Amino acid sequence: MNRFDYIRAGSVAEAVAAHAAGAAYLASGTNLLDLMKGDVTRPERLVDISRIFGLDAIETLPDGGTRIGALVRNATLAHDPAFAKAYPAVAEALLSGASAQLRNAATTAGNILQRTRCQYFYDTASACNKRQPGAGCDAIGGVTRTHAVLGWSEHCIATHPSDFCVPLAGFDAVVEIEGPAGRREIPLESFHRLPGDAPERETELAPGDLVVAVRLPPEAKAFAAHSRYLKVRERTSYAFALVSAAVGLTFAGDRIGQARIALGGVALKPWRARAAEALLAGAIPSPELFARAADAALQGASPSGDNAAKIDLARRIVVRALTLAQAGTPARIPALPASPFGA
Amino acid sequence: MSERMRHGASIGQPLTRRDGPAKVTGAARYSADFKPEGMLHAVMAVSTIARGRVTHLDVAAAKAHPGVVDVMTPENAPALAKSPDEKDNPFTFRLDLLQNAGVRYANQPIAVVIAETLEAATEGAALLAPRYDAEVPEVELGGGEIFTPSSVGAGSPTEEGAGDVAAGLAAADTRLEATYETAAQYHNALEPHTSVAAWDGDRLTLQTPTQALWIAKGRLAELFGIPPENIRIVSHFLGGGFGSKGFIAAPQILGIMAAKLVGRPVKLVTRREQMFGPVGHRASTRQTLKLGAKADGGLTALDHHTLTLTSRHDDFVEACGLIARHLYAADAIATTHAVSRADIGTPLFMRAPGEAPGSVAVESALDELALELDMDPLELRLRNYAEVEPITHRPFSSKALRECYAQGAERFGWAKRPKQPRQMRDAHGLLVGWGMGTATYPAGMMQGEARATIRADGTALVETAAQDMGQGAWTVLAQIAADGLGLGLDAVDLRIGESDLPNGGLAGGSTGTATAGSAVHAATQAALAELEALAVNDRASPLYGAGNAGTVAQNGRLARRDDPTRSESFSEILARADKASVEAKGTGAGEPASRKTYAMHAHGAVYAEVKVDPDLGQIRVTRLVGAFAAGRIVNPRLVRSQYYGGMIWGVSLALHEHAVLDTRSGRVMNPNLAEYHVPVNADVPSLEAILVEEHDPHVNPLGIKGVGEIGITGTAGAIANAVWHATGVRVRHFPITLDKLLT
Repeated sequence: MNRFDYIRAGSVAEAVAAHAAGAAYLASGTNLLDLMKGDVTRPERLVDISRIFGLDAIETLPDGGTRIGALVRNATLAHDPAFAKAYPAVAEALLSGASAQLRNAATTAGNILQRTRCQYFYDTASACNKRQPGAGCDAIGGVTRTHAVLGWSEHCIATHPSDFCVPLAGFDAVVEIEGPAGRREIPLESFHRLPGDAPERETELAPGDLVVAVRLPPEAKAFAAHSRYLKVRERTSYAFALVSAAVGLTFAGDRIGQARIALGGVALKPWRARAAEALLAGAIPSPELFARAADAALQGASPSGDNAAKIDLARRIVVRALTLAQAGTPARIPALPASPFGA
Repeated sequence: MSERMRHGASIGQPLTRRDGPAKVTGAARYSADFKPEGMLHAVMAVSTIARGRVTHLDVAAAKAHPGVVDVMTPENAPALAKSPDEKDNPFTFRLDLLQNAGVRYANQPIAVVIAETLEAATEGAALLAPRYDAEVPEVELGGGEIFTPSSVGAGSPTEEGAGDVAAGLAAADTRLEATYETAAQYHNALEPHTSVAAWDGDRLTLQTPTQALWIAKGRLAELFGIPPENIRIVSHFLGGGFGSKGFIAAPQILGIMAAKLVGRPVKLVTRREQMFGPVGHRASTRQTLKLGAKADGGLTALDHHTLTLTSRHDDFVEACGLIARHLYAADAIATTHAVSRADIGTPLFMRAPGEAPGSVAVESALDELALELDMDPLELRLRNYAEVEPITHRPFSSKALRECYAQGAERFGWAKRPKQPRQMRDAHGLLVGWGMGTATYPAGMMQGEARATIRADGTALVETAAQDMGQGAWTVLAQIAADGLGLGLDAVDLRIGESDLPNGGLAGGSTGTATAGSAVHAATQAALAELEALAVNDRASPLYGAGNAGTVAQNGRLARRDDPTRSESFSEILARADKASVEAKGTGAGEPASRKTYAMHAHGAVYAEVKVDPDLGQIRVTRLVGAFAAGRIVNPRLVRSQYYGGMIWGVSLALHEHAVLDTRSGRVMNPNLAEYHVPVNADVPSLEAILVEEHDPHVNPLGIKGVGEIGITGTAGAIANAVWHATGVRVRHFPITLDKLLT
């Protein structure tokens, strides 16, 4: 671990002012400190935002939406009864991620800014365009069972690991940012970037930008009665998603009103499936319809290596999540959240 | 005999761990908790290539980093008295101790940075920025030259069999040939390999976790050219070992060398990712089973061929074939092994070495054969029950496997199992499958010694250099000592985990309790004999003249065996003799004659239920019932815990554990506990271990067989068979991951 400066910011303004080239914001450090210990990132300065007052509130906004402070812990948010009732798929996604200990520490902003779990990004002896632009991508042709099947490029085939971001993308969350250029907002769906030819640029944040909150719009609550997050993983808990899906439906009589679908584990960003949503809107639900929606969601998917099974799996999980959402949101989050074994 | 030797009431009690309070309060100190005055921190730099040599290390940059005290490389590493590549017996494994610039596998230590802080040492290691002359590595099974090893496992014959397998196959009504592959697994004890070393002239004090204090002491004495008695190793508590701490490993010794180099105490803790290379692992295997059977299920042939990997520079061969040598009564048996070399760290013993991957292949194959024969898998196993050891025809010293099968089946509800797959669903539509497998592990013994001291205050001290890696030695050895002495547990002080105590054998190979326990028992009997001699020849003692009848120890007193009313307390005997204590040593070892006459194994039967999502393929083990017979059970609570641990490892072998190597670089790409999956609590919903009664008059005086490893065997196969039963998909490539079930 390199030597670094440590500055504890007392306010957002102080934090932004303390940021400089080579600096990183530190909240709980559940990802950043691991990366530093592994020499994957070597920030010269840590600006600790964890003690900034007022960033840890969950607020209901006048328009009925919800504003989640950057420092709200994942566990706090998931266990907030009003939040879990209004956004059950978001709560379920949060509880399906990491371990209880990590969820108790990890923050809202930290979660959306977590780095990929691509093994070649973590292995500093491997070439990685994210770590070192232009170095190449050793993942290509390597161990790729978990890598991207959508939106990847010849420069990077990594995936975004967050569960939380999947329903956030699906339900039109907005990221609030304070930075050197003042305050601005970015829809979560376009917050993360696909790799293209610049995989080192992972988000639309500019240097010094600080995420201060994530906002869910009031419209997202309309899906609360038919909303699920489902995640396929290789052990029952404490595993990243091979693929996951967040789904919300509204109904008008026997027809679907609106649909929201986003996929996780398939791309370098949470993958909003708008074509599938359009296909579902106004249609009468049926297994065939759900299968067509799943095909639409995976339109353009292609293996980036030894991971063709993920495409098939992603289709299947869309169908299952739609089926479960149609049946209705469970009264309580299952004991095994987002699991096929959660019932 | 053994029943008569029981005087007390401790053996057989489900006592909680004596060291439990110390562990849960943090009072128990593990090696890394020690911090001698003036201690420095050492961090290893390890190779990122798998084959070649280091051509440059930026030692100057590392040394220039604030806090760095020194950098140990092949240039300045303290000279060793003996080459760590010298191999004078099969169980001295070659170690990479900075003797040259060569690189034999990824994660091989190439330098050690010593600094005032852990952070400085870590950064110093990064600053070394090694350059290499790299060669293309070979890491694939069968990729390198394939040869027949001279022995397998712990010195077992490479080939063993009986009868004519070709004739057996020809005579069969049904034949099965199938190939199974198991993945490379790396020991990942929660506590990594650690040493805190302090030199005083040519005397060494070492805090390090080891499963074999005396073996470690012997190796260090040779390497550093000092008498073994100059070395004091303390290993009171281990945070797991699983075989990787059976022999002292390179990282532990590098810490000692670093302390010598800088002349100050040094602590070196292996980083998690550095566990994947220099401290052993279980190599991947490819096993081909050829079975022939008559229509009634009787095996006419059992042919088990194993191909596995070893390193390019040393030999350790995963002995998968051992299991087929004594488990089923086939007319003809052949077990053979072949190995290919690879640029990997040398594989090593890992919990149930050989038996674990061997069992999963054999039990899967039997399940496949049962289907071909349209027989219940349990019935097929009973049909081929070995009444004597099949190849040697020796009788078993004891074998309650039939009872294990029956009790496990009863508890599990096996009789209700449909023969065909995909017949059962739960209320949520998940596929349900049931499978079973036979568990077995040899009841071996090492040699050990113990010392028992009976003190004038009526208490006793029992000492042996045994090791507790979590299995419960602190508790069970005290139980054995208390019963041996006729004392309550509270009156017995136990000292273990220090190398200057009598050799307590190895906490490994399921021999720890059998060996150290036998030694403890023998020592207590010898000490009592000393005490008895004082009393029976003393006219003032009520025991005077009991020389013929003998005495028995109970509740802190010696009593005439033929007249318990004539007795005297230990304290009274010692007081009158004007002695502060009597002490004696005892030995525990297998008795050669009976070991030759009898085959000695523990046995069990494991039944598994799994659920599988029919569309998504995700698998969950929902129920495991194991019934095990392993001779006398010293402590049912701790033995269950051992069985549970083994069974959970069976889940891991069947469904999770898998070191993923990039064949281009030879590096393990998932060297952390987030991505190297072992089961978490949610993967193990219901576990049950039935302790089947078994009396063994031959294994050792106490009738103890080991229990540490058998739980893995049987379990992994049972799970694989249950996955097939749930889905109708036979996966022969382990671990069974969900993508293999998508149909």
